[in-house]
Amino acid sequence: MSASRAKFKAGDRVQVRFEDRPGHIRTPWYIRGKTGWVERIHGEFLNPESLGHGGDGLPKKVLYLVAFQQGDVWQRYAAKRDKLLVDIFEHWLEPAN
Amino acid sequence: MSVDHSVDQPNDAHGHEHPKHELSAVARRVYAIRELLLEKGLLTEHDIRCQIEYQEARSPANGAKIVTRAWIDPAYKSRLIADPKAACLELGIDATSINEFVVLENTEKVRHMVVCTLCSCYPRPILGRPPDWYKSFNYRQRSVNDPRGVMREFGLVPPDDVEVRVHDSTADIRYLVLPLRPQGTEHLSVTELEKLVTRDSMIGVMDALPTVPK
Repeated sequence: MSASRAKFKAGDRVQVRFEDRPGHIRTPWYIRGKTGWVERIHGEFLNPESLGHGGDGLPKKVLYLVAFQQGDVWQRYAAKRDKLLVDIFEHWLEPAN
Repeated sequence: MSVDHSVDQPNDAHGHEHPKHELSAVARRVYAIRELLLEKGLLTEHDIRCQIEYQEARSPANGAKIVTRAWIDPAYKSRLIADPKAACLELGIDATSINEFVVLENTEKVRHMVVCTLCSCYPRPILGRPPDWYKSFNYRQRSVNDPRGVMREFGLVPPDDVEVRVHDSTADIRYLVLPLRPQGTEHLSVTELEKLVTRDSMIGVMDALPTVPK
């Protein structure tokens, strides 16, 4: 795994891009626009947005495990400690304050 | 969609029987593709049978073996968490078809639960085929916004001071939950311990069983 090529490191606050476009996109709708933090860098993987349409998946994209407080994703979520963790590719993430 | 209905006939040209019940459009399409692959010599009946047997051989028993070993051998547990695929191979379980494999260890203070909201991603080499409920819209919606509600339906009620961590496996990573070893199981044999490790406890919607089922 070449974490050196990763734009973000564990602990960085990130916001998921809010984009609506067609294609084989692996960023679930419910998490777009939400803010969390990088929990772990999984490594580099073939890009599903290319693979899903017959492409070669290159260049590979860095994949992160991004953590969110459940209360930041769902307004009415009660248990404060609970987290939601989603695997998200780098080009769907932006730095957040 | 245009489908060659001849594949529905009980005895077509190549002389073997097809199912006589009504087939869905998707099923007809699958049979049509299968016929083409056989006709063109890209696959043989033997290849198909071997693949079915391989798929059927993968079952939650693999996962139960891994979990039990991690319960009784702390060094194995460390290796399993550090390098899950290598630890699987130690027990003769081939998880190499998984791109990346992550083991999520439950503790007294943390419960993990796994879902794929986009489709049905699942650690098949370790757990076999996913149950139907895992693929249902109901589970895929509620597991992310009401995981405690889902757990309650499976009989698990984590106290408020326990952190519930839901993993939405949207990409190349496959997750296996390592459930807590139930208390008072020190006297059980490996075979008995394996019976406590249910498929659902490795998805994380419930804990391992407290006692060996009759």
